[in-house]
Amino acid sequence: MKDEALNFYHILILFSSLSLLSIGGGNSVIPEMHHKAVANYHWMTDKQFADIFAISQAAPGPSILIVTLVGYKAAGIPGAILATVAMMLPAGILVYLVTCFWQNAEKSPIRHAIEKGFAPLTVALVLASGYVMSKAAGHDWRAYLLTAACTAICTFTKINPLLIVAAAGFIGWMGWV
Amino acid sequence: MIPSSPTSETHPPSLVDLALTFNHIALASFGGGLSAWSREVIVVEKKWMTDEEFLSALTMCRILPGANQVNMAVFVGTKFRGIPGAVAAAFGLTFIPVVIILVLGYGYFRYNSVPALQSVLKGAAAAAVALTFSMAIKTGQKCLRGAVPLLLFVATFILNGVLRWPLFAVLAMVAPLALLWAWPRKEAK
Repeated sequence: MKDEALNFYHILILFSSLSLLSIGGGNSVIPEMHHKAVANYHWMTDKQFADIFAISQAAPGPSILIVTLVGYKAAGIPGAILATVAMMLPAGILVYLVTCFWQNAEKSPIRHAIEKGFAPLTVALVLASGYVMSKAAGHDWRAYLLTAACTAICTFTKINPLLIVAAAGFIGWMGWV
Repeated sequence: MIPSSPTSETHPPSLVDLALTFNHIALASFGGGLSAWSREVIVVEKKWMTDEEFLSALTMCRILPGANQVNMAVFVGTKFRGIPGAVAAAFGLTFIPVVIILVLGYGYFRYNSVPALQSVLKGAAAAAVALTFSMAIKTGQKCLRGAVPLLLFVATFILNGVLRWPLFAVLAMVAPLALLWAWPRKEAK
């Protein structure tokens, strides 16, 4: 019983601190999370961590939900819920405060400058994330061809993107990529 | 100048609306591409935000700690409905995905194998990358007019995408230049 309480305490402390450390997105704290979950707390093996990372990347929703599975392995469903909330709440509060400031600064020059000046940077970061994603997924030439075709369809037609994802999933299922 | 945003400030979406919308975004993002899906739904479909506002919020959500998409949900929820809105949007984004991932995780830890979805995912991931590229093209057409924004864009892409510099190092280099360029000048109306 005491061990269990200690386990919950570890989950709470680990994920609420990772929440505030995850600058630049959830993936930036994956190495630290891996170290703690595998080497420090022995919640899972190396291979299990790698596998749940893959599951969380592929499953719908934010990929940060890997913490749900780490919490689940550490302490069952209550652990899963605690880990998820602990990971979202501290950063969420910070975003809330910044958003309030942002909404109040509607007419200020700094907001104008950020909206206009950051747009080219954001487009570049979005493009970079697509590029990095395709490299991480180990795209070969067939996958790149599929990506190119889907990009063209998405950009130049009004076909529902969900259909495009479903069709591409089907193509994968048939083993064509 | 940026036209005043024709967003639905006068009729802010309800809490249920926020939760359902973010749930829709989350479930659509099978295989990845969550940012592209957020834009597709929030800017194109619902017209809750303009592209300018969406893009700047996206970068802010990246700079701040936390998962980018959870942050985006909190931003949009707060914008329309304050704290309850933020909670509703974040809850909508994560509730069903948490259930799904728990089912997958249960199966994985029980049978010790990754669900046999790998090949489907490979195809879906290619499409998710495509959605992301397409979002870059669509938004780029609007904001990459002129030599300065183009230069900022290329520099950011090379530093972050090709050379893989960390986000903060990239922004420390490029953001001051971007702000200097975009700072409203008196004579520029």
